[in-house]
Amino acid sequence: MLTREQIAARVARELKDGFYVNLGIGLPTLVANYIPDGVEVVLQSENGLLGIGPFPFAGDEDPDLINAGKQTVTEIKGSSYFSSADSFAMIRGGKIDLSVLGALQISHKKGEPRGDLANWMVPGKMVKGMGGAMDLVAGTKRVIIAMEHVAKGEAKIVKECTLPLTGKGVVDTIVTDLAYMDVTPEGIVVRELAPGVTKHELVAQTKAPLLFAPDLQTMAV
Amino acid sequence: MQKVYSDAESALKGLADGASIAVGGFGLSGNPENLITAVSKLGTKNLTVVSNNCGTTELGLGVLLKAKQIKKMISSYVGENKEFERQFLAGELEVELCPQGTLAERLRAGGAGIGGFFTPTGYGTQIAEGKETRIIDGKGYVLEKPLVTDFAFVKAWKGDAWGNLVFRKTARNFNPVAAMAGKITIAEVEELVPVGALDPDQVHLPSVYVHRIFQGKNYQKWIEQRTVREKK
Repeated sequence: MLTREQIAARVARELKDGFYVNLGIGLPTLVANYIPDGVEVVLQSENGLLGIGPFPFAGDEDPDLINAGKQTVTEIKGSSYFSSADSFAMIRGGKIDLSVLGALQISHKKGEPRGDLANWMVPGKMVKGMGGAMDLVAGTKRVIIAMEHVAKGEAKIVKECTLPLTGKGVVDTIVTDLAYMDVTPEGIVVRELAPGVTKHELVAQTKAPLLFAPDLQTMAV
Repeated sequence: MQKVYSDAESALKGLADGASIAVGGFGLSGNPENLITAVSKLGTKNLTVVSNNCGTTELGLGVLLKAKQIKKMISSYVGENKEFERQFLAGELEVELCPQGTLAERLRAGGAGIGGFFTPTGYGTQIAEGKETRIIDGKGYVLEKPLVTDFAFVKAWKGDAWGNLVFRKTARNFNPVAAMAGKITIAEVEELVPVGALDPDQVHLPSVYVHRIFQGKNYQKWIEQRTVREKK
């Protein structure tokens, strides 16, 4: 089983030089700590910044410079600022190469190229809102879900999402503490298993059919 | 041309119960603090507020919410406000949750004279229920309508006496689109400068969108999540 940091590190290996990337709040944010050497990426913050830098040194915090999680951040050389309308133009317009988000539930319908995602609402419970998640999944070129495979004993990869959807046909890849999986029209294909995890264990913790890649690998961590 | 007011109170002339207001800001960043405080003092009620968030339980728009001055909120994310959740679950507050990009574009469209737009955001989800949908070149879209409000409150870093505005860093956020959507747009700025003092090439929001402007005072500029790293 992978730690949260190891999940983030595995996702980071999907980053390519020149990518513009949006990282969601929580686990996805950790991906920024594992950007491979020699790979230059620009991190987008949907409140209006291209080029998120590390947290500021104590005393240098600027209330006018925050990320989408409302955390104080810094800008890198080559950054730009813009309005929320411009920010979502680049998101919806497919200019952002990759979006990494968390999930409450994921499902896939055979024949569809991508998976369905629910990550914004539990009816009758929290009233928080979808923020930018619906726009991000609707417009970004590739969507990777980074999450723990099960939550409180409940499978999150299911036959059909029962929670309200964030997007229909939007998920390309799923990276969990147990496996790396790609969504394909044929089904969810397991390409890598985390070290020490068996096919049997993975299937037992998943409530949707899984296919195993012919060249199934053990994930390098 | 006379757009300059002495303070928030005087700039709010004409604001009445039941008004709709678009308010700039993202979280507590780039908030029109002076205007929010002045509305709190005025006690204006039954407001419809369009804003990405609703402050926190104690700060920003949360102050108006706590005092029950808000009847309806149109927002994308309201997770940092306990009182919001309480009022909503108790049925005391009307809420329209709107995806963040859709909210920004609805405000922009309202100001730009666009009657609506088809967005892929929310297609196939409950956000699309009751709305017109259309397949365009094989892809599903949802029709979203523009937002025009009676007033807009925005906060800028600098502004001139005509209302040309310059924002600072991520405090720009929803402010330009909120300004566009308002029938009466009031800008509060940290520094009010004479006409001609701003480089026209560096103006972020042209003065035509701003009807009233004043220099704010006592900015608190709260930080919601203070995150720092250690000096090595």
